[in-house]
Amino acid sequence: MNAQALGARTQWLPHLVLLIGVFITAFPLWVTFVASTLTPQEIAQTPMRLYPSGEIWANYSEAWSKGAAGTYLSPPASTLLFNSLIVALIVTFGKIAVSLISAYAVVFFKFPGRMLFFWMIFITLMLPVEVRIVPTYQVVTDLNLLNSYAGLTLPLIASATATLLFRQFFLTIPDELVEAAKIDGAGPLRFFKDVVVPLSRTNIAAMFVILFIYGWNQYLWPLLITTSNSLDVIVVAIKKMIGTGAEPTDWHIVMSTTILALVPPVLVIIAMQKSFVKGLTDTEK
Amino acid sequence: MQRRVIFNNRWLPYFLLAPQLAVTLVFFFWPAGQAVYTSLLQQDAFGQSVTFVGLENFREVLGDPDYRATLWRTLIFSAAVAFSALVPALIFALMAERVTRGATFYRTILVLPYAIAPAVAGVLWLFMFSPSVGVVAYALKKLGIDWNPKLDGSDAMALVIMAAAWKQISYNFLFFLAGLQSIPKALLEAASIDGAGEWRKFRTIIFPLLSPTTFFLLVVNIVYAFFDTFGIIDAVTSGGPAKATEVLVYKVYYDGVVALNLGSSAAQSVILMAIVIVLTAIQFRYVEKKVHY
Repeated sequence: MNAQALGARTQWLPHLVLLIGVFITAFPLWVTFVASTLTPQEIAQTPMRLYPSGEIWANYSEAWSKGAAGTYLSPPASTLLFNSLIVALIVTFGKIAVSLISAYAVVFFKFPGRMLFFWMIFITLMLPVEVRIVPTYQVVTDLNLLNSYAGLTLPLIASATATLLFRQFFLTIPDELVEAAKIDGAGPLRFFKDVVVPLSRTNIAAMFVILFIYGWNQYLWPLLITTSNSLDVIVVAIKKMIGTGAEPTDWHIVMSTTILALVPPVLVIIAMQKSFVKGLTDTEK
Repeated sequence: MQRRVIFNNRWLPYFLLAPQLAVTLVFFFWPAGQAVYTSLLQQDAFGQSVTFVGLENFREVLGDPDYRATLWRTLIFSAAVAFSALVPALIFALMAERVTRGATFYRTILVLPYAIAPAVAGVLWLFMFSPSVGVVAYALKKLGIDWNPKLDGSDAMALVIMAAAWKQISYNFLFFLAGLQSIPKALLEAASIDGAGEWRKFRTIIFPLLSPTTFFLLVVNIVYAFFDTFGIIDAVTSGGPAKATEVLVYKVYYDGVVALNLGSSAAQSVILMAIVIVLTAIQFRYVEKKVHY
């Protein structure tokens, strides 16, 4: 095969394969979007059409202000989105703040018990909430935190990923910077505020994306910890809206709520793609 | 591990560590201890009295044919998810390495499923494959394939595997892409000059150099399939039909929260903890000594 033919071949094959990938990725999203613009009758028709219809505003405003009918009296999507946003933001900022200062303590100080504390934090990596679900539920019940934002978020903040990432990054800050700060008479808090935090901007941004998505997408924990519908997060509510068979599912509302549920994390990942990709592949290795 | 130049302060480091330690102690060590403790107890049928039974719960769980079936099912499910999420991701990454035009477009689209909640991903697939309204289910019927995940266990299993893999391809794709970009170009050019074809280059250079990434991803994907797919399974099948898609995490949830068999659920939690600890240890061992051929 001569060079030109090879060039031509390598031109179209990757594009073809990648377009297949784009199709596999986007098709489920497209079907959902289309369904969110149809009337219930149009959805029930087989085969369902694959291009949008005119019900888009009617469906979304019904989802936004009323929610789905049926056995599960869902709050309107506006409430659900608000709950998800609060949970995601508390988890994100809580975890970033807590991890920044604890990593700073472990890296920049020497004190009795340092390694013990480090390992106590480190070992939490090994147990996702899903594994210790029942005992954690009991603890939250004992603390009277059921049906509260604190109960929804605090157990999710107990994890070591962000701490480890910041620790790793702090270890790369040159000693000269610390020495210079000490000579200039800057104390540890000043150094943290004026040097360490500004230097960590990219890592904080990457952590923001990862944690926002993590918080927004929580499912099992909020499912257990909230018994009042008004505190449901949107991901849990969507599942509850789908009937178990006794009643028909309001697919047009479910589908528009689903689109509303996936827009915020998708926007975050698109807007911050660069720092996210860098942060993800740098840190988890 | 420790910096050369450090600050000296007696109390400050403890203050800085306090919030994380407090959260970790209350929401991690306390429940984990509770799980171990509860796993050694048994409640009578009316919840009146609790007796210490040693390892009886573990013996019961591990001797239970249902539990062993679930364990086996989880292994098959994880292997299938890891395989179907790794192979396409590697192929897409290899192709994305070669294109210049449209590279950002492809990457942006392929990354999207990472942002989507497992439960929401489950709903997307449930809807497409729903026998009553789904477009794909309709196409399958036209092709003469009898499809009903509500009644047929293997259909249900196939559906949750597809949904779980669909979501994980993004993550694997990003890591494979980063791995490919770190392979020295000179090596590939030298191979081309020596007349190596694309397949040969992949087999003798690219794949071996990617093996640390692949191994890392394999562990991550298994952990993902074990624990993070709860939302997918609950949304798509709720573990059914007839437990055909019940994996270990789902069983812990079901036995503990729905069936309220706390001793057994706690024992299962402890077994799961052991599994995660082994998987994480393997992962960190790998970080120390990179896998290479």
